[in-house]
Amino acid sequence: MKDLFAVVMLTGIYSLLTASLFLDLDAVDVAFTEASVGAGISTLLMLATLKLVGRFERHTRYKPALALGVVLVTGSLLVYGTLDMPHFGSADAPVHQHVAPRYLNDSMAEIGVPNVVTSVLASYRGYDTLGEILVVFTAGIGVISLLRVSRRTKKDSRKKVPVDMQQQIILRIVAKMMLPPILIFALYVQFHGDYGPGGGFQAGVIFAAGIILYTMLFGLSSGQRVFKPVVLELLSALGILLYAGVGVACLLLGGNFLEYNVLRHDPVHGQHLGILLVELGVGITVASVMITIFFKFTWRTVKHKYKNE
Amino acid sequence: MNILGLYNYWIVVVLMMIGFYIVIAHENLIKKLVGLTIFQTSVFFFYISMGKISGATAPILDEKWQLYSNPLPHVLILTAIVVGIATTALGLALVVRIQEAYGSIEENEIQVQDYHDRMEGQLEAYGFRKKHVLSVQKLEE
Amino acid sequence: MEILLDILSWIFLVTGSFFCLTGALGLFRFPDFFSRIHAASLTDTLGASLILIGLMFQAGWGIVLAKLIMILFFSIFAGMTASHAMAKAALKSGLQPLEFKGKNEQGQEGEQPSKP
Repeated sequence: MKDLFAVVMLTGIYSLLTASLFLDLDAVDVAFTEASVGAGISTLLMLATLKLVGRFERHTRYKPALALGVVLVTGSLLVYGTLDMPHFGSADAPVHQHVAPRYLNDSMAEIGVPNVVTSVLASYRGYDTLGEILVVFTAGIGVISLLRVSRRTKKDSRKKVPVDMQQQIILRIVAKMMLPPILIFALYVQFHGDYGPGGGFQAGVIFAAGIILYTMLFGLSSGQRVFKPVVLELLSALGILLYAGVGVACLLLGGNFLEYNVLRHDPVHGQHLGILLVELGVGITVASVMITIFFKFTWRTVKHKYKNE
Repeated sequence: MNILGLYNYWIVVVLMMIGFYIVIAHENLIKKLVGLTIFQTSVFFFYISMGKISGATAPILDEKWQLYSNPLPHVLILTAIVVGIATTALGLALVVRIQEAYGSIEENEIQVQDYHDRMEGQLEAYGFRKKHVLSVQKLEE
Repeated sequence: MEILLDILSWIFLVTGSFFCLTGALGLFRFPDFFSRIHAASLTDTLGASLILIGLMFQAGWGIVLAKLIMILFFSIFAGMTASHAMAKAALKSGLQPLEFKGKNEQGQEGEQPSKP
């Protein structure tokens, strides 16, 4: 298939199908994240890259024999390796024995949050989540340093919205109508993550998707007037600062790092406060990094357009 | 037959091998990134299908249900999905810069250009002038 | 009362799936991009709305019903806008609709445009 546009679209459909399969396997949080991240942001960034590198593949000469051989050998070895695994859906598999029952049984008493995935993510395994948003932040820094924009292009392209975008009246009106519900939904997902599927990551991605919709239809300069790039970079660092700051505050109040029990007079309330602040930090960082990455990709296309004129 | 209960692992292996094949056989960098995405998704399936229990529900505590699916793989895969998108975004930014530096995103063209640059660098180090470099390029074609 | 709700939701769900299936069939069988968009978006939006209404009967009064109503509105808006955006983008890249081939009542002949 030489048309990379079709490849990217099929990848988006594939992500959506895997999200629905995750839903069937009882993984609601994971399905939510995969649908919003894989079928949303990933497809969007790939389309932005296609705008910059060209839509069609050059030539499809490749020698598949050696690759097929390697793949078949590896595949058969892997299938041989899975013959000892526990059956699909069995309740006495080793993975369900030691830690997971403790999380499921004690989560309500110790943390008081119905969504066990959120309580494990933000409290029992909170240190891993700190590392995770550090990875997101690092990716944001990497994209900023790779797709750097010089100051001269910034001054040139402070122009109005291009003419053909001004004619898209229906799209602009519908986007203006749908943007507040999208942002409110992002906040709902953020703060309702304790009681249903949701949490910081999904909320950050949905928020970023709303802002990206606005920027796509109203021009990059309008989007950057609302969300200045400096503010976005500061916000992405602020989210991590909030997360680590909660951990240090727990240290200062006498507990261990990220032990939320000591934050309030009552351990359960302390856990609630800790999870709230931590998820807020995650949401802020993820949203601002996603918007920054999109802005950097779009700057590059704008720079190309003005260079070729 | 009791190995028919393992069909979820075989689906995972098939998807993983498809992704692996795309990464090593195709030359276009964007197709390689798509193959990497398929590979990552197959690993997510592996974990999530290991965490599922038949007759259980999603791990959100409720009075009506007794049996819940294992929440621990869900947490790990949530982290993995977000890390995956971060690396994909970084990979796409790298593809954009490669396109600007080399003029193409096909792997064989990039390797040919690298080879030329390396040969030019070596010839200049030995003191040859530019005229001799052109003869090397003609030999390649 | 329960049986009435069940029968109603069955009717809506089956009709909605029928519309979705015919929309998918139209995607294959129609000759031109614009007629394909027409078939897919109209019937898919209608089918999805009917399926959602059928689900609403099963939900009972509560937060799930409110969420389903919001999903219904959102999917109607998003589906219509997406098909409008696709048609506008196709027109802007130069794809022309398929003209009528053969003679109509006045005896005029249509012409075949270029199709990718």
